[in-house]
Amino acid sequence: MSTALQDLESRAHSGPHALDEFLRSNRFPLVDGRTVTFVYIGAADSVHLRHWLHGLPNSLSFQRVGHTPVWRLSIDIPERSRVEYKLEIHRGGHRQLITDPLNENYARDPYGANSVVRGAGYEDPEWARHDPEARLGEIQELEVDSGAFGEKRNVLVYLPARYRPTRRYPLLIVHDGPDYLKFASLRTTLDNLIHRLDVQPMVVALTQSPHRLVEYAGDERHARFLAQELLPALESRYSLVKDPEARCLMGASFGGVASLSSAWRFPGTFGRLFLQSGSFVFTDLGDHDRGPVFDPVVRFMNEFRARPGRPAEHVYLSCGIYEGLIYYNRSIVPLLQSTGMTLRFTEARDGHNWENWRDRLREGLSWLFPGPSLFVYE
Amino acid sequence: MVRSHVVLLGPQRHEPTLKDAVESLGIRGRIAAVTAGWEEREGEDQELSAHLGGRTVNLHLYGRSEDVHQRDPELLGAIRARHDRLRKLQELYRVRLSHLMEAARELLRRESLPGYAGLIEPEVRGAIEAVKRLDDEHTQRVRETHVEFELRWKPHQREHVARHRGELRQILDDCSALCVAGGHVAILLDRLRMFGVIDLLREQALLAWSAGAMAMSERVIVFDDRSATGAADPEVLDTGIGAVQRVVVLPHATRRLRCDDRTRIALFARRFEPCLCAALDPRMRMDFRSGEWSAPWGAKALSQHGELAPVNAA
Repeated sequence: MSTALQDLESRAHSGPHALDEFLRSNRFPLVDGRTVTFVYIGAADSVHLRHWLHGLPNSLSFQRVGHTPVWRLSIDIPERSRVEYKLEIHRGGHRQLITDPLNENYARDPYGANSVVRGAGYEDPEWARHDPEARLGEIQELEVDSGAFGEKRNVLVYLPARYRPTRRYPLLIVHDGPDYLKFASLRTTLDNLIHRLDVQPMVVALTQSPHRLVEYAGDERHARFLAQELLPALESRYSLVKDPEARCLMGASFGGVASLSSAWRFPGTFGRLFLQSGSFVFTDLGDHDRGPVFDPVVRFMNEFRARPGRPAEHVYLSCGIYEGLIYYNRSIVPLLQSTGMTLRFTEARDGHNWENWRDRLREGLSWLFPGPSLFVYE
Repeated sequence: MVRSHVVLLGPQRHEPTLKDAVESLGIRGRIAAVTAGWEEREGEDQELSAHLGGRTVNLHLYGRSEDVHQRDPELLGAIRARHDRLRKLQELYRVRLSHLMEAARELLRRESLPGYAGLIEPEVRGAIEAVKRLDDEHTQRVRETHVEFELRWKPHQREHVARHRGELRQILDDCSALCVAGGHVAILLDRLRMFGVIDLLREQALLAWSAGAMAMSERVIVFDDRSATGAADPEVLDTGIGAVQRVVVLPHATRRLRCDDRTRIALFARRFEPCLCAALDPRMRMDFRSGEWSAPWGAKALSQHGELAPVNAA
């Protein structure tokens, strides 16, 4: 048992004043090497840790410290890990799912917020935080009349600082783009990485689908929208390099499937792919167990595995090792390599969440679109 | 006033020392400035001008090159073809370089391991020699590319380049010194070459910093151990102007190199010997006159022992 944990138990028995002092002088959860101890103070019948760590039971029970209101749970988390979680409090037949009151670190996502524990050695990337020296890009709105979907679609377009129509820029198309802005600091990251010459100045189209679980699941209409409607609209309005190598599709989860399937349906159009925690579920035999929403994904993936072709030239693939999708992502690595595409695969000690995807932006973007830092000496 | 004098300075953005250097040379008149490495922003030189008391004349090489590109599409096509060729050559060089450098690093790492005494040094020497040979081959191919281009297209004799050169000559004749700022080293070199600016100098002093200082050397070595994609192997990028000899210029060395990695630093120094690998950090200065150099402000250099040492000891 760690010193901090012994101290916690001793203070819990010594009364509220001693406990308050302990709470004030420590950050929670307690991180001691690989051991992370979660603490909850309050009346409860039971307390549970709800997390999304593949490999551990979904719910882990806290132990109460004697007859005190202190509950604790210690688990082993590898160094440099980042884990999102909530606390589930059972009391008087009611169940409440809350963020950790003792932990000030949160991560937001489209469903709300989770508490975050940072394992020893993990650091929030400083390049994703506002840098007063970085020049700011601009975001414009573009309306695209889509025949594929039979309606107008709105797309946000990021232009790098000092965008000039006399220059030509590479193009990045990001699935769930507005979510990347909100939850993965994409705009700040682009501003910083471009300012620091880590990535090329680029135009970034930020798309959002009203029916992503359908349209991103290998839907042919979506591929047509990207390749035959959005791309020409962007090329007519902005100064872009008209070369597949200067075009990249990016997405996370179902957005990864949408990126891969669109490039596969229109080979020679998008030369680069940035695939994060792709929902690349496939079957070798029998059915899958992921529910009907995955049916079209599995159909696409099985078809892709049977005849992968060469959808792009460069692929950056990343996945968290605490995601159930890690096995599918690892499995497609040799397949992608066998097509002759140049691949970089990164595993992160994180889960299926936006901050995992944020943390890989620098490596992925700078690998796909390396900036001129090697040549610039101010 | 001292003439035929080349001064290389550390980066000027946060700790400018150019004014002190200019005063130390006794320069009184106007000072021509090249800021082409800043590309479209070359005209944003107000800070530089103010620092030198408003007596700079920007040569606007980047703007002039844009004008040439527009008016002489045939030359522009030839320049682009040369650029494509150089880019491909660099790509091929990089493939060979990465393997040779990895071998040299691995052998250097084993130097301190037990059981290799008496065996490892000839292997290390051979590995570094292989890198040097590759660097020399690449330099030669790049040089040949430039020579072929010059012989075939004679850019200085073409109407629009010649017109700009005439204007530049007049401006430079009226200046006591030329200062060359940093920025994108390949673009800067390209513009300096296009107009042959250094050849237009008579006895004016030449002061350069950052990419400008790199361009003045015989060979331009690009390096960035802190790259977002991981430490890149230092590469020979191009032949330089050659205003200073036997020196590899490394601006921002402390920031851009992993100075705590003695193996990398030692390999860098041994690879480019007999050249001095000069670390031009902020406030550093090196003077070159009649083929001799001096370091009045305590410049440092990479040593073969893997450290940054005063230039006299490196």
